[in-house]
Amino acid sequence: MNLLGKLSWSAIPFDQPIVMGASAFMALVVALVLGWITLKGYWRYLWDEWLTSVDHKRIGVMYCLLALVMMLRGFADAIMMRAQQAVAAGGAQGYLPPEHFDQIFTAHGAIMIFFMAMPFVIGLMNFVLPLQLGSRDVAFPTLNSVSFWLTAAGALLINISLVVGEFAKTGWWAYPPLSGLQLSPGVGVDYYLWAVQISGIGTLMTGINFVATILKMRAPGMGYMRMPVFCWTSLATSLLIVAVFPVLTATFGMLLLDRYLGFHFFTIEGHGNPMMYANLFWIWGHPEVYILILPAFGVFSEVVATFSGKPLFGYRSMVAATMAICVLSLLVWLHHFFTMGAGANVNGFFGVMTMIIAVPTGVKVFNWLFTMYGGRVRFTVPVLWTIGFMVTFVIGGMTGVLMAVPPADFQLHNSLFLVAHFHNVIIGGVVFGVMAAYNYWFPKAFGFKLDERWGSASFWCWLVGFYVAFMPLYVLGLMGMTRRMQHYDNPAWQPWLVVAAVGAVVILGGVVCQVVQLVVSIRRRDQYRDATGDPWHGRTLEWSTVSPPPAWNFAVLPQVADLDAWWGRKQAMRANQDQPARAREYRPIEMPKNSATGFVIAFFAVVTGFALIWHIWWMASLGLLGAFVTVLAFAFRAQEEVEIPAEQIARFARAHQAEVAA
Amino acid sequence: MRRGVLAVLLISAAVLGGCTEGVLNPKGPIAAAERQILFNALGIMLAIVIPTILATFGIAYWFRASNKRARYLPDFTYSGRLEILVWSIPAMTVFLVGGVAWVGAHDLEPSKPIVSADKPVNVQVVSLDWKWLFIYPEQGIASVNQLTIPVGTPVSFELTSSGAMNSFFVPQLGSQIYTMAGMATRLHLQADHRGAYRGLSSMFSGDGFADMRFAVHAVSEEEFAQWVEAARGAGPVLDAQTYADLARPSKAVASFTYRAVTPDLFDDIVNSVLVANASSPLVRSSSQELEK
Amino acid sequence: MNVAVAIETLQPESLPSASEAGPASKRVVVAYGFWIFLLSDIVMFSALFAAYAVLVRSTAGGPTGADLFNQASVAIQTACLLVSSFTCGMMSLAVDSRRRGATYAFAVLTFVLGAAFLAFELRDFSGMIASGATPQHSAFLSAYFTLVGCHGLHVTVGLVWLAVMMAQVAIMGFRATVERRLRCFALFWHALDIVWIWLFTVVFLMGVRP
Repeated sequence: MNLLGKLSWSAIPFDQPIVMGASAFMALVVALVLGWITLKGYWRYLWDEWLTSVDHKRIGVMYCLLALVMMLRGFADAIMMRAQQAVAAGGAQGYLPPEHFDQIFTAHGAIMIFFMAMPFVIGLMNFVLPLQLGSRDVAFPTLNSVSFWLTAAGALLINISLVVGEFAKTGWWAYPPLSGLQLSPGVGVDYYLWAVQISGIGTLMTGINFVATILKMRAPGMGYMRMPVFCWTSLATSLLIVAVFPVLTATFGMLLLDRYLGFHFFTIEGHGNPMMYANLFWIWGHPEVYILILPAFGVFSEVVATFSGKPLFGYRSMVAATMAICVLSLLVWLHHFFTMGAGANVNGFFGVMTMIIAVPTGVKVFNWLFTMYGGRVRFTVPVLWTIGFMVTFVIGGMTGVLMAVPPADFQLHNSLFLVAHFHNVIIGGVVFGVMAAYNYWFPKAFGFKLDERWGSASFWCWLVGFYVAFMPLYVLGLMGMTRRMQHYDNPAWQPWLVVAAVGAVVILGGVVCQVVQLVVSIRRRDQYRDATGDPWHGRTLEWSTVSPPPAWNFAVLPQVADLDAWWGRKQAMRANQDQPARAREYRPIEMPKNSATGFVIAFFAVVTGFALIWHIWWMASLGLLGAFVTVLAFAFRAQEEVEIPAEQIARFARAHQAEVAA
Repeated sequence: MRRGVLAVLLISAAVLGGCTEGVLNPKGPIAAAERQILFNALGIMLAIVIPTILATFGIAYWFRASNKRARYLPDFTYSGRLEILVWSIPAMTVFLVGGVAWVGAHDLEPSKPIVSADKPVNVQVVSLDWKWLFIYPEQGIASVNQLTIPVGTPVSFELTSSGAMNSFFVPQLGSQIYTMAGMATRLHLQADHRGAYRGLSSMFSGDGFADMRFAVHAVSEEEFAQWVEAARGAGPVLDAQTYADLARPSKAVASFTYRAVTPDLFDDIVNSVLVANASSPLVRSSSQELEK
Repeated sequence: MNVAVAIETLQPESLPSASEAGPASKRVVVAYGFWIFLLSDIVMFSALFAAYAVLVRSTAGGPTGADLFNQASVAIQTACLLVSSFTCGMMSLAVDSRRRGATYAFAVLTFVLGAAFLAFELRDFSGMIASGATPQHSAFLSAYFTLVGCHGLHVTVGLVWLAVMMAQVAIMGFRATVERRLRCFALFWHALDIVWIWLFTVVFLMGVRP
């Protein structure tokens, strides 16, 4: 028996210059970053303050950082695809052979969904939720750290696949029989499945954590109908995670059993049923879209209200619409395969159900409009993203409803029209949302604002680039071009694909502007410093504390009397300005101790995952054992919490007050 | 501006779709009906989408913080009448489009035969790695990567796959449908105009996917008869052995015909899964249980 | 201006409803979170149940459930698991009244009954595999082994957990953390019962129907 399973030197594609170049570049960047940290002697700080941190704010920031890095990776894939399709017309084969092109579009989809969009929205929720709810941390801080590190472990596995072995060549749905052992004998599908299984467990734990946090950890006085809308959308998202991620785990588990142990869930032989995979996958997959978009809706609600200087219009409607979307999203999965031949009644039912989701979504758009109506709209960067979103998302929603009409879908299914549609809602909705949130909450996280000029430059590049890149795809879809074509013979398609490639380059400009914005803002941080903790005249509790907030978030837990708690307090204070402030009493706060558990478990998860992918059984057993021992060590630790003395809190709070007064 | 871009794009799409092949240039009743549904649904939605986009720009511009003429209404946070409006506008739209969807799903159900005085031509379709096999059971012939059909006559398709899932799609004739191993799907199409149309797979199926194209020749009744005669005169015979040869993965296969086909070969393909690499044995499996 | 002070001025007594009572105690939060985990676990089982229901007739010419299931063994397994749930409940009561001896006794009983359940299940499995009814034989058997095996895996995890908890009681005593974990374990063990009731009904009772 081979000690290293299927692994050998031939797994590293030395003969492929593009892959080796990309790998060398990545290795160089990683080496530079690690070298810089070593040179500056930051390891101790990094380990104590970040890697082992269980502070929800730190974890949130790390999630967003992971998402931004993975966005660069996914974006590089996108540029390569657009370039390939722009040149591979007629007899030309382009520069990417099929087996490479197929890996790229699979990786692009998998990375953008699982390792860009998911970490970004989860990172935002992590950072914002406890602050908005007026609590000290999430319900299970150490579990939160485990969740993050498992997500990072999955991301690492996907990136290892670039160098060692290959990635899946099946499209990110990995439909059997194509993803079965017979048609995909390589390790690519295994990389995909194990990376998602590992990060999926992290995501599920996050969902559980957030539901418990939102329902059980709110500040005194914050009844359900006083929660900010972002908390409501996060609740809906977390509930959806709890409801559907186990289905994904089970589905991928079954596919893994087919691939590893010769089971027959989705094989044709042994009477398995590949269509069952499609059903199970999309029972997870469609709610997943709403898992991503609902927090973005929450962000837009916060941004619109804050920068219009008005409470959100129709708060109750917004809450009802959010929860309606949450429930309805579980009843629409079949619209991903109207062309399977399920029959008119089934197709009609799922088509109509899909459209019904457009009702609460439309309500939200109108309510944002009415929020701006009668407001004083300040056109900051978050507002630009929001208005860009409202226009773009309405178009994307329209094409979505169009494809929910089964006969229209018979023509548009799997075409570039579909590709344009879901990028229209995911870029126009989720990406614009996280960008708005990034600009909106950055000052809270770091104590200084982001540069407005580079921020709006980035927005305009993204917006224009988006339209230039994806409107041609709508046209191409109507011209009959399907997705995932490595080359094509119809010369009429090429001009549109060239335009789309240009659009991708414009978006690249937007990404560059964002990087520049961050660098410029860090360099001018003194100029952009915000001492008040409330740079935007905010409405919700996160703006009532210091920026960046201390580990304990609030020196004294806030008492909530109203929706838009912070706004109401500011109004009340303005009215009672003359009255003397009561001296306040600080009490010691118990905070969870930092823990390396998450990091260590994730390390063993990577070892186990890698070993399973390459069939190195002894290593997989060692990895599992290591993870188990880590959990045991955590369970037996003597002290779980540290007490922060009242004096320290008082000192911190007084320093902040002095700063605000100055 | 962006709305303008969209309008221009949609118009140019229509124009381009009109002069090149695409779903906006239908050549048969199914595709024509689907284009009509596309336009109807789009029209209903544009009636609400365009005003919404205009209102977004208008409201955001007018209520900008620097506009002193705009009234500041910090307490305008709820209005029962507006709420009703806000819920009913999208609901009405969805009601209309939902009606289009429900009726359309029934009218254009792929398995529903096309009403016609002519007897339909039966074609059995098998997607292989990576080419298309078309069997004409009544004529006793078969062709690869080339589908010849008579104009004005409904074509009744039975479709299956040898392995990976594919989707049979001729944009100018209408509906696509999946081909799946171990079961047969049904589709009915018709070409009303003579001509050559592009057909392709629209479900990714592996490395040779981009070349899974086929040419559709819609010809007159006489030309069809001539083509059948010509096909019977030349080419190999399609039986279990030659099918196994054909089923081996290959890319960009030039089209050719078989002069004869073993009867019930299609049913055998559906019932017995021919594994793509010829080294593996055939595995028997019955299709009735797989079709719910 | 002193902002935080202004926020505190509201008195807690004036809060009208439970949803406004402020953060719950750790005991409540932990149990609540574990309930949500159990729900998600049940969702995962329901996906496996769905797969089993789809594939139950796909026997590929091989044996059906009626040919394979040993009703006597299944009855013994059910009895073991249900009684172990009772002893687990007794253990919870012992924990609540801080009786260490009783806790150990009922934990051992629970463990033995759970292990007996597993032993019978594994005996059934090995019997089937020996007779050629392996999970590789048909989609039905794949689904059966996965569904029932997944429950068995949960029971195994439960046994390991129980053993670790007894070590914790011995080493760390009935401190609050240990007590919370024991409560979660009890919830877990009862949830496995609920899943088993469904398994018993859907797989074994409906499976032997002609």
